[in-house]
Amino acid sequence: MTALTLTNVNKSFGEVHVLKDINIEVEEGEFVVFVGPSGCGKSTLLRVIAGLEDATSGEVHIGGDLVNNTPPSKRGIAMVFQSYALYPHLNVFKNMSLALKQEKQSKAVINERVAKASKMLNLEDYLERYPSELSGGQRQRVAIGRAIVREPKLFLFDEPLSNLDAALRMNTRLEIANLHDTLAASMIYVTHDQTEAMTLADKIVVLRDGRVEQIGSPMELYNNPVNQFVAGFLGSPAMNFMPAGFVSEGDPRTIGVRPEDLRLQDDGGLSATVQHVEHLGGDTNVIAEAKGTQITARLFGQHAINQGQTVTLGYAPERAYYFDKEGHRV
Amino acid sequence: MHPAFAGLVTIVIGVGGCLCYFWLSNQFLDKVLFPAKGPNAGRNINRANLIRPWLFLFPALFALSLYLAYPVVETIRLSLTERVTQTDGTTVYEFVGLKNYAQMSSDPKFWEAMFNNMFWLIVVPALSTAFGLLAAQLTDRISWGNIAKSLIFMPMAISFVGAAVIWKLIYDARPPDTSQIGVVNAIYVGLTGNDPVQLLTVPFWNNFFLMIVLVWIQTGFAMVILSAALRGIPEETIEAAIVDGANPFQIFFKIKMPQIMGTIVVVWTTITLVVLKVFDIVFAMTNGQWGTQVLANYMYTQLFVSRDWGVGSASAMVIMLLVTPILIWNVRNARKEMR
Repeated sequence: MTALTLTNVNKSFGEVHVLKDINIEVEEGEFVVFVGPSGCGKSTLLRVIAGLEDATSGEVHIGGDLVNNTPPSKRGIAMVFQSYALYPHLNVFKNMSLALKQEKQSKAVINERVAKASKMLNLEDYLERYPSELSGGQRQRVAIGRAIVREPKLFLFDEPLSNLDAALRMNTRLEIANLHDTLAASMIYVTHDQTEAMTLADKIVVLRDGRVEQIGSPMELYNNPVNQFVAGFLGSPAMNFMPAGFVSEGDPRTIGVRPEDLRLQDDGGLSATVQHVEHLGGDTNVIAEAKGTQITARLFGQHAINQGQTVTLGYAPERAYYFDKEGHRV
Repeated sequence: MHPAFAGLVTIVIGVGGCLCYFWLSNQFLDKVLFPAKGPNAGRNINRANLIRPWLFLFPALFALSLYLAYPVVETIRLSLTERVTQTDGTTVYEFVGLKNYAQMSSDPKFWEAMFNNMFWLIVVPALSTAFGLLAAQLTDRISWGNIAKSLIFMPMAISFVGAAVIWKLIYDARPPDTSQIGVVNAIYVGLTGNDPVQLLTVPFWNNFFLMIVLVWIQTGFAMVILSAALRGIPEETIEAAIVDGANPFQIFFKIKMPQIMGTIVVVWTTITLVVLKVFDIVFAMTNGQWGTQVLANYMYTQLFVSRDWGVGSASAMVIMLLVTPILIWNVRNARKEMR
């Protein structure tokens, strides 16, 4: 059974057309990440799924049921908000149990589910505390706990890591991945961070300007992007784009080469002036300029390259991507 | 001298005097008392900085003690004395202990004022805060909310006496068979055909009619403060509550209200302070007749009508004793809110 089906979903705010003909399917137990630059409509899409916004047209099915006119609390979803959105006047236990109380669950069920969730998230010692007495990471876990206790058909995460510092973000990312394995639940996760998307997702949905650009597994999108946008959005450092005219005279297309596919090669044909070198120890990132185009090369290991130096770069032809004027892959 | 010119001169002297005071006193501190040079330059700078705040505070402290602290002490003294006219025509103040307080507590008018004040104290803050909260919530999301808010806030700009006159007209009763200019009686007579009622003389209920005036004024204040507080509630907590299945009433009472409880308390206590001091409305509308006396008007009557300085001061002390704890609590809450 599919956990979520979106059919031709559109959303307009007055004149502004925010979501355009969105069609997505999420299988049971799948971890799907919506990724795209800010303003691409990914959060709006999540809110349409949650029921916090109504779709202007199109159908939203959750667990096989049409939910367009179902209030959020009856959709069988649970949402984790970017700002955690904990109730500041309630302690952790009450924060986690509010939804169950609203569902008129018995005390025994509430206690059991909160106990289970708090054990899973290491929150057992904090149940009596108030949100203001918790650290950012703990608040995040309470927000996740609040979602878990509802045992929803579908989890919705709205940029849950963006308020955490880098170290904590990585830990929490792992925790969310573990959680997905433990609960085997369907999850939708919105982020603008391509690393989060690549590391967490079973399936990535790349959005731009309210349109789905491509849907697929992380490696599928990485190796087989349908257009220049997807190619440039996934991968860090981002893919290099240069006029194909560099290599073969008169070619109007654009060549895309990933930084790790570039190598120092005396007969490489790409001569560039080094502008900046990032020595990362394991890798060396060389940022260079060739005929007015900036090119980043990610070289394995350590290299003694200096600023201002001229390097010759090359790549295997089969590792190059070609895009036409509109950015479509050719 | 032309009065406008005299006024201008006064302003120049006043502002100039303030500037001179701050400039000269700081100059004196930095150049004469603790000059920032010589062998102790560093120590002198530190010492000057310890003293400087007091230079700035001094005028305010001086004015406060002259116009606030001294009158309090003097009122305490007066409340313990009695004015006696001697045979040669001069008056002296004799210390009489608590006699004024005893006299006051045997005056039924005082207890009427006390009881009424307590009644005001419960009704007015409660209604003002409740209506203010209601108005703040209802005007929050609608397109003409700001116009509605300005209309509700407008009475704040009217003086208490002005408001009292407006409402006196609203409650006005003309002789039967003449046209009623008071809205309330016009409706009442028009609907029932009965004779008009002198609303402000109806025992007990006339207190309510007076309170409504203050509620009408203070609702705007409560609304503005609470509206700002409501806007300060993170939108996502409300959305989380929607996802958690709370209905609009639950969201208002269980999610929104607890989050602005601090502000509600501050608004409530601020209005309480206004209520304890209420004078103008009662003075202008009934002057404490027909069982509507309140403490401040009782004090005024004793001081300036009966010319009994002792009992008047004693009632002033009662008001101060009632206001002080609420004032302290209010300031504490307001500070807590600011953090």
